[in-house]
Amino acid sequence: METKSARIGLRIWAALVICFLWLPLVLIMVYAFNSSNVQSWPLPSLSTKWFPVAWHDPQVREAFWLSIKAGLTATGIALVLGTCAAFAIHRFRFFGREAISFVLVLPIALPGIITGMALNSFFTNRHINLSFWTIVIGHATFCVVIVYNNLLARLRRTSPSLIEASMDLGANGFQTFRFVTLPVIATALISGGLLAFALSFDEVVVTYFTAGAQNTLPLLIFGLIREGQQLPEVNVIVFAVILMTAIPVALAQRLTRDTGVLRRR
Amino acid sequence: MKRVIVALAAIAALAVQAASAGTSGLPTSIGKGEGKLNVIAWEGYTQPEWVKPFEQQTGCQVNFKYAGSSDEMVALMSQGGDSQYDLVSASGDASLRLIYSKLVQPVNVKLVPSWKQFNAAFKSPPNNTINGVHYGISLQWGPNTLLYNTKLVKPAPTSWAAIYSPKYKGKITVPDNPIQIADAALYLSKSQPSLGITDPYELTQAQFNAAIGLLKQQRPLIVKYWALASDEIDLFKNGDAVIGASWPYQLSTLEAAHAPVTDTIPKEGATGWLDTWMLSAKAPHPNCAYKWLSYISTPKVQAEQAVSYGETPVNSKACPYMNKLSKGSCAQYHANAPIAYYKQIKFWKTPLATCDNGKNDCVPYPQWQQAWTQMKG
Amino acid sequence: MAAGSSRARRSLGGVLWRRPKLRALLLLAPPVAWFALIYLAALVVLFINAFWQLNPLTSQVEHIWNVGNFTTILHSSSYRSIAFRTVGIAAATTVTDVVLAFPFAYYMARVASPRKRAVLFVMVLLPLWSSYLVRVYAWRQILDHDGILNWSLQKVGLPAANIGYTNTAVWIVFSYVWLPFMILPVYASLERIPESMFEASADLGARAWGTLRRVVLPLALPGIVAGSIFTFSLTLGDYITPILVGGAGSQFIGYVVYQSVGISNNIPFAAAFASVPLVIMAIYLLVARKLGAFEAL
Repeated sequence: METKSARIGLRIWAALVICFLWLPLVLIMVYAFNSSNVQSWPLPSLSTKWFPVAWHDPQVREAFWLSIKAGLTATGIALVLGTCAAFAIHRFRFFGREAISFVLVLPIALPGIITGMALNSFFTNRHINLSFWTIVIGHATFCVVIVYNNLLARLRRTSPSLIEASMDLGANGFQTFRFVTLPVIATALISGGLLAFALSFDEVVVTYFTAGAQNTLPLLIFGLIREGQQLPEVNVIVFAVILMTAIPVALAQRLTRDTGVLRRR
Repeated sequence: MKRVIVALAAIAALAVQAASAGTSGLPTSIGKGEGKLNVIAWEGYTQPEWVKPFEQQTGCQVNFKYAGSSDEMVALMSQGGDSQYDLVSASGDASLRLIYSKLVQPVNVKLVPSWKQFNAAFKSPPNNTINGVHYGISLQWGPNTLLYNTKLVKPAPTSWAAIYSPKYKGKITVPDNPIQIADAALYLSKSQPSLGITDPYELTQAQFNAAIGLLKQQRPLIVKYWALASDEIDLFKNGDAVIGASWPYQLSTLEAAHAPVTDTIPKEGATGWLDTWMLSAKAPHPNCAYKWLSYISTPKVQAEQAVSYGETPVNSKACPYMNKLSKGSCAQYHANAPIAYYKQIKFWKTPLATCDNGKNDCVPYPQWQQAWTQMKG
Repeated sequence: MAAGSSRARRSLGGVLWRRPKLRALLLLAPPVAWFALIYLAALVVLFINAFWQLNPLTSQVEHIWNVGNFTTILHSSSYRSIAFRTVGIAAATTVTDVVLAFPFAYYMARVASPRKRAVLFVMVLLPLWSSYLVRVYAWRQILDHDGILNWSLQKVGLPAANIGYTNTAVWIVFSYVWLPFMILPVYASLERIPESMFEASADLGARAWGTLRRVVLPLALPGIVAGSIFTFSLTLGDYITPILVGGAGSQFIGYVVYQSVGISNNIPFAAAFASVPLVIMAIYLLVARKLGAFEAL
């Protein structure tokens, strides 16, 4: 369809954009081998001494596990709430339908600092201690919309005749859900969940205001950045995170491919 | 006779009550460590050099949240932090705010054995002791310095005028902190004596406006107002700044990274800080907190922190340890003759509307904060 | 045992089938309760704070209703310029990201083979998973005075571009971090255009540019607008990038709000100033809805 020169131009553009996106990542991986603890260019010399430092640092491990636990819990809550909301909005017409859609988008549409400030004041005024659970509440709130959007998009592309056919064949509500609806939405749930987890894992602004003395990984990284003497350790941590997350991201991509169940024209 | 005995008994009872009233509610011994300690600290105050031995000795694992200004510390404590963090290394301009907001609790100095070794001026300074009640243990003190690149800044600056002149336009940096207005006022107190500034933290509206005016003139010369210590380190290391207001921590980090920098205290004098470790009102790990207070005030650890950061310890016995770590550091940081040097520094304190001269027309701190934000915008 | 429980399930299922309103209520209750009792309640209380004041002497919040904070913002030239500067950079970032993302998304959707598409997807998403903070910090190393950019320019003989710690640096970094958020929705909307549209357009005599202008762009518009919601809103409220790579002139709304809360502890003023991006985003979202962006999110 497109002319040959257009295709070549587009290919070059895509390559440049990829370089733009990955330049800082490559830099981070290179600086993980920086021997000096102050970053400058060119690198004074290379060294792997920061890898064991990061591995053995108890603060890093604690922050990492806290991020994982908070992410999983928040994603779990977001899956439940997002699924409920998506089904309700998709299946029923009722007063306030548009308003609910709007409200769900707010945590992401509004700047994170507003959400963070609001939640912090909310917790402090009610004398609720900032803790793991306040972090989870904050994260779940902005993760709901991601699951909701993914699921709603999938539901809209699914033909309703499937449900009717299932009922016609004698299945009750629960059976229909388990054998017909769930397989259709499964991949949307997983990809929504993965995206929500990714957002929670790297979130720093809302977490800053809803965390107590705990450090999630991003909060720890921010502290190390401001202290200024352990930057290569930070680069090592991010290097490790990039390597570890390659698999879930590839998985998410596989799942978002349209499995096409009776696509509506 | 009986009446005398009854009267004496009553007086004795009152005396006992008065004595214990000051220390009522204070712990009398340090219990078993809780395994964890959460602190709010200045960047550079919790280096592994002295934190790791503490963790090994006491089993209290230390978690720190860094803050770059007293305001940040007060905000952290006010927004739910007083039940999360155990200790906060508050400077003089934060300590009173924390005390009056009831975010910190009194400490029993008898549980800190090294307290007796402190220099007299730091045992019960007015910024952490009210009516004999100690709200913390003094920690370290030091000046805000003028940092400059020895290769690119010639001749060596001797006055704060260097950061207000266009000679190094676009290569100057100062802290992003409203208390900097006091530094401008300090400079004006010597360069424009007609303004009559005696205390840079107690400014009448006219004096305040003059200081803001000076800062507005300085604004186009600034490359960045540094909020994080690593900001200034990076600015100097990577050639974006050649002169600026700084803390000694940046100098020691840059020197270790072989950057050609040094610092000085200009002839107009300097502002500075006097830090106190304060105990949160609802500290979740009080025993570990007291263990830390005892540990951090010992001469050896005081020396380690002083030399690492570049500040002056409050423990009078720290000198020999300092010289062992870095020859001549005791004299360099005036740890052996502190009082004369101490009197030269205008330590941070919270500007209040009530001036010391009894009048009520000084500019209070919230106005400093607003004016600072507007000046930068 | 099994028969009894399955009968119970069937009768429960029957009840729910016959009463759609009950089903709707049960489904809506959890998310609505969560949002109303936690999020909306918190937002409402926050913005009520905007009408209160911080007592300058005691630094405590006084519950005296007034619009002092808003008049301060409206009458102060600094706050006005901060707001305009922020909107300006948000707009610049959005336009930059659209320009960068559209050809890329077009390539992914229409030209790339399925395997290449999968690889590109992973390469766009992976940066989102690595730390935002550290990626922004890495840009310091590139744009510094003695950083990689100037070093490369020197090697080639060009003069140094001193964009470290300027608003240009902030614009570049914002465009960088939000780019994946623009690529994904644009790709999604381009991918949905059926091949038959292109064929029909060619049959009717349009050449490549004509098809692009009259068929592709209007169909891709919801995706572009959806992406722009992200870039605009994220830029409007961000304070981390200005702190890390900005200079003396990089005073933005997000940073002022953050300073007011996290440093000055002046929540009433922070809430008042935060209403500026709130109002801007509300207008933006209403316009976006009209352009169909919510279908494409």
